[in-house]
Amino acid sequence: MLPSGTATRPASPALPTTTRGTPLVLVAGNPNAGKSTLFNALTGAHAKVGNYPGVTVSCTVAPLVVAGMGRVDLVDLPGTYSLSARARDEQVAVDALIGRGAAPPDAAVVVADATALGRTLYLALEIIDTGVPVVVALSMMDEARSQGIDIDLDVLREQLGAEVIPVVAPRRQGVDVLARAVIRAVTRETVARPGSIAPGSDLHRDVSSLADLVADEQPELSPAGQRAWAEWLLLSIEEGTSQDLDGVSERLVAAVCATRARAELAGRDLDHEIIGGRYARVDAIVEAAVRVRPPEGPSWTERLDSILTHRIWGGVVFAIVMLTLFQALFTWSEPAISLIETQVSRVQGIVTQVMPAGPLRDLLADGVIAGVGNVVMFVPQIALLFLFIGLMEDLGYLARVAFVIDRLMGRIGLHGKSFVPMLSGFSCAIPAVMATRTIENRTDRLLTMMVLPLMSCSARLPIYVLIIATVFSPSARIFGFVSAGAAALFAMYALSVTAALAAAAVMRRTVFRGPRPTLVLELPPYRLPVASVLLRSTWRQVRAFLVDAGTIILALTIVLWALLNYPRDPATTAQFTAQRARVEASTAGPAREAAVNEIDGRARGALLRNSIAGHVGHVIEPALEPLGFDWRIGVGILGAFAAREVFVSTMGIVFDINQADETNQTLRTTLRGATRADGSQLMTPLTGISLMVFFVLACQCMSTLAIVRRESGSWKWPALMFGYQTAMAYVAALVVYQGGRLLGWV
Amino acid sequence: MPVSAKSLAALPLGGSAVVRRVGSGRSIARRLMELGLVPGTRVTMLRVAPLGDPIELRVRNYALSIRRSEALTIEIDE
Repeated sequence: MLPSGTATRPASPALPTTTRGTPLVLVAGNPNAGKSTLFNALTGAHAKVGNYPGVTVSCTVAPLVVAGMGRVDLVDLPGTYSLSARARDEQVAVDALIGRGAAPPDAAVVVADATALGRTLYLALEIIDTGVPVVVALSMMDEARSQGIDIDLDVLREQLGAEVIPVVAPRRQGVDVLARAVIRAVTRETVARPGSIAPGSDLHRDVSSLADLVADEQPELSPAGQRAWAEWLLLSIEEGTSQDLDGVSERLVAAVCATRARAELAGRDLDHEIIGGRYARVDAIVEAAVRVRPPEGPSWTERLDSILTHRIWGGVVFAIVMLTLFQALFTWSEPAISLIETQVSRVQGIVTQVMPAGPLRDLLADGVIAGVGNVVMFVPQIALLFLFIGLMEDLGYLARVAFVIDRLMGRIGLHGKSFVPMLSGFSCAIPAVMATRTIENRTDRLLTMMVLPLMSCSARLPIYVLIIATVFSPSARIFGFVSAGAAALFAMYALSVTAALAAAAVMRRTVFRGPRPTLVLELPPYRLPVASVLLRSTWRQVRAFLVDAGTIILALTIVLWALLNYPRDPATTAQFTAQRARVEASTAGPAREAAVNEIDGRARGALLRNSIAGHVGHVIEPALEPLGFDWRIGVGILGAFAAREVFVSTMGIVFDINQADETNQTLRTTLRGATRADGSQLMTPLTGISLMVFFVLACQCMSTLAIVRRESGSWKWPALMFGYQTAMAYVAALVVYQGGRLLGWV
Repeated sequence: MPVSAKSLAALPLGGSAVVRRVGSGRSIARRLMELGLVPGTRVTMLRVAPLGDPIELRVRNYALSIRRSEALTIEIDE
């Protein structure tokens, strides 16, 4: 038995309950247990996204108010099957539950899927054993009933030593009863319960002596919390590996290793003893509380799966769904993006008209407003992708996507769940990086994130179009019938996929070397999604992007704008202003407009050439020459860092052409006529291919870096990403250009 | 080791057996056990993915998918 009587929760020195005011209740549960739906049903629309102190795992916090009873704050923990962890970000749940670093919660709600109690009670018991008052919300009660599963709630309550409330969250059944039970739970004193480990066993002795060490270091934890932490350490610490766990002392690691070594010598498997012991209790509880009548005929899920994971039809449905997703990202988001673009230029126009000319106006119009536009531009694609993913996830199909495609992805060290983010990468890396959240394992997720910017996104297309139109004649043919331009375009996409897969294979063997990658995937029953839950979670993703990544993107846009526009030479500016005034006074109509546009082009060109970026272009020219580029292309590459397609308009400015897009004939002609210092042609087919290869591989997009910073929680990963992609791009463009010249192909 | 011990990967479609030992590396074994594949648990082979891997198992009244490489390390008694 556990020590009894003393098991009341002590106030943490860091955040005492009294100053916190509102009681805190954690909501935990397995993935697919209906936790989000229940959380929404309990709290309504007031959820906000918060961060756990010290870690970047974001979680939703929302108040639960019951009239006449009181109010608590609910915290939605990430869905999990157990509390054990391999790294810091998986440690959030256990730290929060036993109150390490902050005050312990006043209670916990464990959402348990009633159709699979034989598994879901494992997490429930693990949490009950931490000593926190628990209310078990039995979700999916309607499904359980239709499957002939009959649960004796009184027996379950007695066996678990916790309140048990059956709910059907989408129809709000049991939600109010649950809310009242939660409020009651926070006012209850914690009672010491027997843990899951049989007293007198070897394991009980091992855990007890480790818990004594924990008690020395962390006397503020409750005795149950100390035992739970000791057990957690035994399961989570791996001998001989460097683990990033939070607040685990050398002394505890040594004690755990010694305990595990002793057990191994005695032929015992501690993991099996801890997990198997708890599952033995789960089995005993299920045996006592659950009766199952054999089902009549196959379930809906079995019938659907016989088609959706069928050898042939499964592949057909998969292809149709993925093509729809692809189509949605490319074409359905287009009207919204164009609308944002026109609105941004409208606001820029208003500011330019209303404000007096000067640096402040330029900063506001070309820096800040353009930056806001740069951020909002991503929202349509993010919203569409997350609606689509959320729909697939709530339906239960997302897991089948992984099931169907895992074999192919597994070959290169990726995961079945990497497929949707990689595919989305063809549209845009920003939503795609966010979509890696569906991958639970952190290593798999980081690996996917690190390689997907190599997928050729839609922002690269204008660059390919401009370069191909410039360097290949429309009538050029390879083997007599394939258009040279089309072949080059196809080659760029092929290169992008090959590079992404190769990078994944290499990184799996270097940066992400570790235990053999694996797939452990629950295939949940097919269910009907709840529209309000879907919309709310999509909005939460959009808002998180706007707040966290948006601010970084905005700041970087302004910095880049300054680099491309400063320092300014007042004499040059005055000279162009005078020219413009002369033209405006002497001509009229379309001729005037064309003349002013021509002067504006030259003015912006002069400004860019004299800017910091213009100078940097000259400085890096020696490094770019071996790739076939000159300083002007260098400036274009710098400008493209704001967003790849900006390369086109920046090249326009370098060559004195105002507001050029990839179809601009003047820009194409000017580029074709451009020469190097020695008089030779700049944009040969070879330079064009070298430049396209560079853009396929280089991480020429600050928004990608910003979103990777946000999703990975450190600047280390975006730095590595920028480094390896730039190196790869440089070497590949070098090989193409120098190899082409050696072959005499200029 | 008794002669009857064989691997989960060898279970025919629709076949059912009891887990005897989870022999994968520690972190995978721990994860599989936490998902309910502890020794003594009955598993049924439900389905194979269209490309031949992974496989889908029924265990503790839910569907779990793992790769053949992991299934090979799980010993079963029939």
